[in-house]
Amino acid sequence: MARFIVRRLVAMIGVLFAVSVIVFVVFMVLPKQNPAQTLAGKNATPVLVKSIEEEWGFDDSLPVQYATMMKKVFTGELTSYKPKIPVDDQIKEGIPATFSLAIGAALIWLFFGLLLGYLSAIRAGGWLDRILTGVSIAGVSLPVFLLAPVLLYFLTYKIELFPNAQYVPLGEDPWEWARHLILPWFTLAVLSIGFYSRVVRSNMLDVMNEDYVRTARAKGLSERQVMTRHVLRNSLIPVITLFGLDFGATIAGTAIITEVIYNIEGIGFYAASAVAKFELPPIMGVAIYGAFFVVFVNALVDIAYAYLDPRVRLGESASE
Amino acid sequence: MSAPLLSVNGLRVGFATEEGVVQAVDGVSFDLRPGEVLAIVGESGSGKSVTAQTIIGLTRANNARIEGSVKLGGEELTSAGDAEMRRLRGDRVAMVFQDPMTSFNPVYRLGDQIVEAIRAHRPDTSKQQGRERVVELFEAVGITDAERRVDDYPHEFSGGMRQRAMIAMALALEPEVLIADEPTTALDVTIQAQILELLEQLNRDRNLATILITHDLGVVAEVADRVLVMYAGKVVEEGTLDEIFYDPQHPYTWGLLGSLTRIDRPRPHRLPQIAGSPPSLLDLPEGCPFRPRCPHEFSKCPEYPGLEARLPDAPAHRDRCWLTPEQKREKRMVEGQIGLEPPQEVQRG
Repeated sequence: MARFIVRRLVAMIGVLFAVSVIVFVVFMVLPKQNPAQTLAGKNATPVLVKSIEEEWGFDDSLPVQYATMMKKVFTGELTSYKPKIPVDDQIKEGIPATFSLAIGAALIWLFFGLLLGYLSAIRAGGWLDRILTGVSIAGVSLPVFLLAPVLLYFLTYKIELFPNAQYVPLGEDPWEWARHLILPWFTLAVLSIGFYSRVVRSNMLDVMNEDYVRTARAKGLSERQVMTRHVLRNSLIPVITLFGLDFGATIAGTAIITEVIYNIEGIGFYAASAVAKFELPPIMGVAIYGAFFVVFVNALVDIAYAYLDPRVRLGESASE
Repeated sequence: MSAPLLSVNGLRVGFATEEGVVQAVDGVSFDLRPGEVLAIVGESGSGKSVTAQTIIGLTRANNARIEGSVKLGGEELTSAGDAEMRRLRGDRVAMVFQDPMTSFNPVYRLGDQIVEAIRAHRPDTSKQQGRERVVELFEAVGITDAERRVDDYPHEFSGGMRQRAMIAMALALEPEVLIADEPTTALDVTIQAQILELLEQLNRDRNLATILITHDLGVVAEVADRVLVMYAGKVVEEGTLDEIFYDPQHPYTWGLLGSLTRIDRPRPHRLPQIAGSPPSLLDLPEGCPFRPRCPHEFSKCPEYPGLEARLPDAPAHRDRCWLTPEQKREKRMVEGQIGLEPPQEVQRG
């Protein structure tokens, strides 16, 4: 197992390097415009552009430019130029809000996704299954950009059930923190609840036909023990992979829309406003950190996967 | 002779499907005594596995109709509640399945899976006690280095070892009846012999009543006391091992015997087989269902004979074929040994 983790982490470093090169190429090499001009933002003075050109060493060879950029990103020197604010500080400020939003939503969608999928599977073909199928198809058809304004309009402006969401730090007031986040959480979770419940249902129905489920019954386990210990447990293995991808994508993508609509000042909100103001450095920072985060979460998922399914660990002895 | 431990009477199992009712088992009866090995033999779809699974209540479903009687030690099982059946499964009646590769859950340690079976019936067993019991069982079924191997995962065991572990699990609660559903089919020949030897030894040492389900008469010859030959959901012949092997009465049994390779006979040019395939249970021919594949079909065959003793000196040897014993003795000999000659059309062509 230890060997598996080490191997996976080494592979992760390779992927991170590739990702950073791609970001560098996309931002610095591909655009025809002078990158210093882009970095400086709209209506920049020639003096600012000139100083950025020197600061970033755009006369150097590409590998040196790459090294300069990485140094800037990882030592916290990356700044936006108008006004001059360090990107790292802004991202750090956004972390609690974004993670509160994404982790809360993830817990909700996992809980309801598994619950609805489980109920649907053990009652497959019955009326409960049919209702839940309808519910999850409705959920899958509700993208964040549609659901968020609708909920906001009806539940916040019309009947004032929820506050106009703004982020309240957890340490300040946990109750208000949760009350402000409920709507955004559910907005983010609904689509995934629908999707996960379908995946769990179909995985469970597949696993139910496995020989070892018949063995479990023949041992004299109760139907609930068979379903939870053998069917559900084995159905979750593919769901873990899915979750790793989705959680990464939520932090680095979907949360942007939710944060903007609900006015939560997290990382996504920061990135969106940088796009609106044509500020390149924050976008660069968010892109690299976001990509790194996704890669890191996926490495964790693979390790969790090896823990859940001992056959995955086989690779370590087979490859020797 | 002791009283039967397991008594199956007129068991019928039908499944409602969109195309109609599939009568998978149609009137099967037998008795099983402690220490006895009963073999149920037949092709795929003959109803042998359904019979076995029905005994322990694994075929109960909304679309299944189960009639007849299954009695274990005098207690009726077909009318028993689901919870009652659950208590009995694995405890008094245990089952060993065909494919040891897929019959264990791949994500749990083998030892834990066996302890789970023990604790399902003896909830006050501690993990430690359970583990010790598994080590004991592993040693009993011939798994070497048992102490270490209880912590292995199924994929770390070879096929033969896994089947031993499967048998160990079945024995965990000292059942009265062991049902082995094609226990050697997925194994290679040398391992098959070892597993059969193990089953025979357990049967002898523990006085375990065993039902052995197989399509392989070679397996039957090794261990069985009595044999039930099934075709299309019905028993077509039953008798002792010797009766079935040396004086088979039903042409289907001849076919099964004829398709065995035998080490004491010259190697055949081609391995004989029974022509055609088993009939669809949704569209059975009138009368004897073996009729379309039988070269000895004659005018009486459109009427299905009952399962009767047709030999004066063997009251327990029963079959469902209209031919007289003399005709059978003559017709079953193909090139000097028991077999089923190919149907007429094939010979002409």
